[in-house]
Amino acid sequence: MKYYDKLIFELSKPGRIGFSLPDSICRASEAVAPAGACRPRQGRGGTTSVVGSEEIGEFCDPAKLTDSCDSPRGEQPRCKAVIWREAPLDLPEVSEVDVVRHYTNLSQMNFGVDTGFYPLGSCTMKYNPKINEEIANLPGFAGLHPLQPESTTKGALEVYVGMDKALAAITGMKHFTFLPCAGAHGELTGLMLMREYHMSRGDLARTKVIVPDSAHGTNPASAAVCGLDIVVVKSGENGLVDVEALKPLLGPDIAGIMLTNPNTLGLFERDIKQIAELVHACGGLLYYDGANMNPLLGVVRPGDMGFDIMHLNLHKTFSTPHGGGGPGAGPVGVSDKVLPFLHIPRVSGFHGNFGVILRAYAYILMLGREHIKLAGKLATLGANYIKESLKDCYKLPIPTVCKHEFVFDGLLDDNGVSTLDVAKRLLDYGFHAPTIYFPLLFHQAIMIEPTETESLETLDAFIAVMRKIAEEAKADPELLHGAPHNTPIGRPDETTAARQPVLKYE
Amino acid sequence: MGAFSYFPQTGEDIRTMLEKIGAGSLDDLYADVPADFIYKGEYDLPSALSEQQVRDFFESLAAKNTQLKVFVGQGAYDHYTPSVIPYITSRSEFLTAYTPYQCEISQGTLRYIFEWQSMICRLTGLDCANASMYDGPTAAAEAMRLCVANAKKRRSVIVSARLLPNVIDTIRTYAKYAGINVVVTDKVQEEVAEGVLDLAGVIVPSINRFGVIESHLGLADLVHQMGALLVEYCDPSALAVVKSPAEWGADIAVGDGQSLGIPLCFGGPYVGFMACTAALMRKLPGRIVGQTVDASGKRCYVLTLQAREQHIRREKATSNICSNESLMALWCTVYLSLMGPEGMRRLNALCYEGAHYLHDALVATGKFERIFEADFLKEFCLKPLCDVEKLQQALLDAGFFAALQTEEGYVTFCVTEKHTREEMDRIIEIVKSI
Amino acid sequence: MSKIAEDLLYSESHEWVKVDGNVAIIGVSDFAQGEMGDITYVEMPDLDDEISAGDDFGALESVKTSSELVAPVSGKVIARNDVLEDEPERINEDPYGAWIIKVEMADKSELDALLNASAYAELVK
Repeated sequence: MKYYDKLIFELSKPGRIGFSLPDSICRASEAVAPAGACRPRQGRGGTTSVVGSEEIGEFCDPAKLTDSCDSPRGEQPRCKAVIWREAPLDLPEVSEVDVVRHYTNLSQMNFGVDTGFYPLGSCTMKYNPKINEEIANLPGFAGLHPLQPESTTKGALEVYVGMDKALAAITGMKHFTFLPCAGAHGELTGLMLMREYHMSRGDLARTKVIVPDSAHGTNPASAAVCGLDIVVVKSGENGLVDVEALKPLLGPDIAGIMLTNPNTLGLFERDIKQIAELVHACGGLLYYDGANMNPLLGVVRPGDMGFDIMHLNLHKTFSTPHGGGGPGAGPVGVSDKVLPFLHIPRVSGFHGNFGVILRAYAYILMLGREHIKLAGKLATLGANYIKESLKDCYKLPIPTVCKHEFVFDGLLDDNGVSTLDVAKRLLDYGFHAPTIYFPLLFHQAIMIEPTETESLETLDAFIAVMRKIAEEAKADPELLHGAPHNTPIGRPDETTAARQPVLKYE
Repeated sequence: MGAFSYFPQTGEDIRTMLEKIGAGSLDDLYADVPADFIYKGEYDLPSALSEQQVRDFFESLAAKNTQLKVFVGQGAYDHYTPSVIPYITSRSEFLTAYTPYQCEISQGTLRYIFEWQSMICRLTGLDCANASMYDGPTAAAEAMRLCVANAKKRRSVIVSARLLPNVIDTIRTYAKYAGINVVVTDKVQEEVAEGVLDLAGVIVPSINRFGVIESHLGLADLVHQMGALLVEYCDPSALAVVKSPAEWGADIAVGDGQSLGIPLCFGGPYVGFMACTAALMRKLPGRIVGQTVDASGKRCYVLTLQAREQHIRREKATSNICSNESLMALWCTVYLSLMGPEGMRRLNALCYEGAHYLHDALVATGKFERIFEADFLKEFCLKPLCDVEKLQQALLDAGFFAALQTEEGYVTFCVTEKHTREEMDRIIEIVKSI
Repeated sequence: MSKIAEDLLYSESHEWVKVDGNVAIIGVSDFAQGEMGDITYVEMPDLDDEISAGDDFGALESVKTSSELVAPVSGKVIARNDVLEDEPERINEDPYGAWIIKVEMADKSELDALLNASAYAELVK
């Protein structure tokens, strides 16, 4: 990766353009229309709401525009001057080739799944199949307006029906809504459904939701946005939800519990049956955070574990590209109990991120009922393999079998080298860093998740580098404190960035 | 079952790995899962398809959709996509990248987000913008939450009834569960002046759902006198020519970036944007990129002000948003770079020209009546004097999606630079024949 | 080893209180600033806001963490140290000099629940 310094604004030169537009869309093609022909004006009330033509604004100046747009100037313009922009619009003025080179250069400072391995816990960065991109760009899908009549969108509607059926089969839920655009958006939608369920029963006192201390940050944040108060249940020594600690929290004020299973330590919550019984007995519902669904793909169905509501991250479990932070999709599935409320919350503009849903559907059809059975298992295999291969150099607080991910608590022999140092040094060796300092249960957490699309050779190369870093920590800790050394930039001054924020180009 | 192209493990690889782990089989790795929960049935999914079969399947589905000439807007606008954009956004370094938490290997993503923030600030005239929201309607709902958070104990928001229905519905959804009181009204100015006691914010459209460019003269002062914030919902493409939120005195601007060349794609993925005044900077939801320097003094970019966000502040975060629509923000950034100030001005002039041509010709047929005197840009509404269903069907039969009906029974049209005189003349002919 | 000013009272959530008649001057301890690392922002209440003991009245932010400020006493905010808006690092540099707010106390007996310097030293040992 090569450091490239420019912002697009810095390439700007007055008079340069990167667009190509027709001169007019009113003039009949190939024929020069008579002046004014394109604006067949009827007499229109020049009422008080209508003022002088010069006030249409510079943008409608015929000299600068189209030669067939000159007719309104003498006639009845219909706008108030006040509605037009006066402030200059200071966008870059660049040529097409400037744009292509600039963004190509930017891209070369980026790491992606196609560049290398992401051992990124709780984020499931699996390979993004290329056929999915082509499917999503088919003109028969990309050109559809979301409000077109159903008779003209039958193929798109079949995508939703097919996905609903497939996700129901995979998860054991009844039906899904596809409106949520991301995992956290799905959580919010799911909690709204939880509230609808209780409200429909007149059970208005249920305003609290239980969240384990190991939960993803979005869980409590989504609950708060949904107007719920958070009650934290702590994990036991074994990293699992402490059922005895849960019991006293349950009561008539509990709307439900949010769990991810396996949890963020990669451990299967084996008491889930008892937890489900306890929560249901107190009148609450169980929410499944699908961020950690990958190890269960083709093995275990959340619906069978007693969950009433769940979301899936199509950009994790179902292989759609992460796009540098999005777009994703967070469809929400429900059990029979919650089904009547599924379509009440209107949480986004149209039909959700259709383009993402298409990609995920293509992935599911490639997997089919045959290959899906191996997806979760191979992910779990990779995680356990790394764990066993590195536990003599890194502190493994919970040694039991993990699922798709596991957590180290820093180096065994740290010599003053922190988890952050290890993560940054990995960048030098061409790997993305793992998720670090999460979950909050450990001080030096390194959370590793390989996914089923990584080969034994890739895992071995990662393991070798992790061992090398452990050696470097003993021999030359300074080297690690200063890492990374081979990336386009070194460690940034984040303190100044936050104290005196510079958030735009001036 | 044979090997699968997305799974690189050979049988021997699996054995090697199991041996290292000390497990006898893949199933052993699930020994901690209660046996009841291991799914023993056959998954009710189609049998695996080859790549060509998948392609054929989706091509046949796509063929079941009717590709129409789109003369409807209502929140999704059929603008032309320059070919540079999909070329850039499909570069796998952008497409397959994770969220740029590791800034040393994510300068590409961070840099374009910084450019996007800068461009949104320039379009809206406001001081700072975030890295994106899911779409326009959710950005509006988040703006409502920001108003309430800023006002501390006040929990009422006045929402213009002239916002798009899906914007109002999304606002109402977010408000319902958060205990925020939403007043939807046609008479925003009057309602504000009346003085709802605990007013936190007011949300109005820049261009309303009838296509009318609204005047908000005096509104910001009035709203501020009441101690509330003014939010403007805008079409970013139109902001090149219509008065910006900052010029109206708004505190927050939100909207959907779709009009910046993003394909219709049946409603998504699009991208929401949110900009605000400097005073509200630390209350913005979502990710924000800031400029700084690295250890050697090189200019670089990082995710900043993260203490607002869910992964740090959990239930006290300004929002629960985590994944956003980053790649679509890149889409819009490349679009605005290509278009520049001149392109945006000319684009809007083309839309204005075409929309007024169609509008006037439609009125001249005698089948429609004007409703609004105020000016419009690319989208307009007429009162039909003919059988709307028949008209819509005739237009559909000719390959046009146009004359979508509003809840009042008006019909809306939208013209963009993609359309031609011939298409509009054809629509006019069809109208005449009804 | 963090410094502890002798003449102040402390809360278990690491705020210090200096009593000046009926006014409580509130800041955070050296221990707290050390745990936070470089403080990047101080979120403060508005003048005249009423705060109550045990509730949040603001927050400290650093790059990777945030920490709520918990009111050690109840009362009305009569002054804020606005210098911290632009120079939050003053808390890192001089935690006992960089006060955050001054509160006109509603109930001075709430002070009895606070720790003296030696009890606080025990807490953070």
